[in-house]
Amino acid sequence: MSTGHPRRLLPAAATAAVGGVLAATLAACGTSATPAAGAGSTSLHGTVTVLAAASLTESFDQLAKEFEAANPGVTVATSYGSSATLVQQVDNGAPASVIALAGTAAAAPLDKSMVKDNRTFATNTLEIAVPPSNPGNITSIDDLAKPTVKVVLCADTVPCGKAAQATFTKAHLVPHVVSKEVDVKATLAKVKLGEADAAVVYHSDVVAAKGSVKGIEIAPNLNTSLTYPVITLSDDPAARAFVAYLLSAKGLATVQSFGFGAP
Amino acid sequence: MRYAAGWRSRVALGVPAALALLLLVIPLVALLVRADWARIPSDLATPTVLPALRLSLTTTSVTAVLCLVLGTPLAWFLARSEHRATSWVRALLTVPLVLPPVVGGVALLMAWGRNGVIGQHLAPLGIQIPFTTVAVVLAETFVAMPFYVLAVEGAMRGLDPRLESVARTLGASDLRYLRTVGIPLVLPGIASGLALAWARALGEFGATITFAGNFQGRTQTLPLLVYVELERDPQVAISISIMLLAVSVLVLGVLRGRWLR
Repeated sequence: MSTGHPRRLLPAAATAAVGGVLAATLAACGTSATPAAGAGSTSLHGTVTVLAAASLTESFDQLAKEFEAANPGVTVATSYGSSATLVQQVDNGAPASVIALAGTAAAAPLDKSMVKDNRTFATNTLEIAVPPSNPGNITSIDDLAKPTVKVVLCADTVPCGKAAQATFTKAHLVPHVVSKEVDVKATLAKVKLGEADAAVVYHSDVVAAKGSVKGIEIAPNLNTSLTYPVITLSDDPAARAFVAYLLSAKGLATVQSFGFGAP
Repeated sequence: MRYAAGWRSRVALGVPAALALLLLVIPLVALLVRADWARIPSDLATPTVLPALRLSLTTTSVTAVLCLVLGTPLAWFLARSEHRATSWVRALLTVPLVLPPVVGGVALLMAWGRNGVIGQHLAPLGIQIPFTTVAVVLAETFVAMPFYVLAVEGAMRGLDPRLESVARTLGASDLRYLRTVGIPLVLPGIASGLALAWARALGEFGATITFAGNFQGRTQTLPLLVYVELERDPQVAISISIMLLAVSVLVLGVLRGRWLR
């Protein structure tokens, strides 16, 4: 699943001046709309390997595109999967400079000795996704307990599955589950294909699905919210610059345009 | 001179051969090395293991029976037919062999899914296949049947064609010939074909998770459980993997000398 090797091609002098590079990068990241405060060409080079939770697929694709446009010397290699899988991969030596996870709890099994920096950048809540025609006539979370309704959830081992379990416990509901998928996008796919009547996914997934599924809100008192951490695993200035861009006003705006909440 | 040349060619062939063997054996040995052997009994007693084991055994057994009942006649037609189309049918049969299983799963969804080519006509009758144990059997049969048919066809081609002519002149129908002469003679081929198909079905993952989903007791077979457990408790995943490895080795051990000459 991992896609490339992070490379460090930067002169040592530049490595020492990380702060300066960051400032330049941030300024350079601005599009014409942002005042380019003396941004010259940045000296960042190489590949930043970013592992991100499946729910971040669309937002991080966009983020990578923006970052690459602002830093022509840098390639962002992204790989998406369930947070549990990604942490497993990193612990087993997968080359990654940055890992972004669905929920702070998902980071618990991560080998702490590799963590250079750990910040939160977004929040997400659960939502019910149904096919546009809503064949199961789902109007609220209570409908997911009907035996005629086919509900697909994330596996209990991945964050979206754990969050869904927490919500069903709060609602005192036992959903009629037909499958527990390996990550949130696989869960959503079963609804997109019309094979399932409903899936419990993140609000951001419904936004990213752009009308190919319909979202049905879960009441705030029953909903489960997750805070997404981004963890830097490399001293590579390009990796740090990517994280800095993600945490900048522009980066956060991009992430939030895909339905995520502010950290 | 000759001795030196022989030594050289032995190195030129022996080194890549040894590398090939190591590439295959190292991961299997690593699985055994990394296992916590003392934990295996308690790992296999994890509540999720028994339902997955039971499901794997039932679905693979049904798959084996389907291969036997449906695959044997197909193998026979392929073996005796001289028609031009036969080679095409045979080529078609090998497609599931080389197809990534996940692609097989997508294809199965397109056929039998609620909106699938066939599935959309079944849905009004109240028959829905995805997310059921039937879907697991369909996925396993899709990947396992070719192994069986090709193995049995090969065995049937080895039969003396005069046997069939003699049976025919004695007034025996095709069915009677197969029952009394053909099948008894290719029994070893059928047995090895069955074992091979069964082992392939037991290892099925991609088509199953795509088409049948993953639900304990209904569609979560052993390989799916390994995948999920790897995220919860890797040691349990290793223990189940060793059990599957043991089963594969056992099946191949039984086949040795019969199929793997």
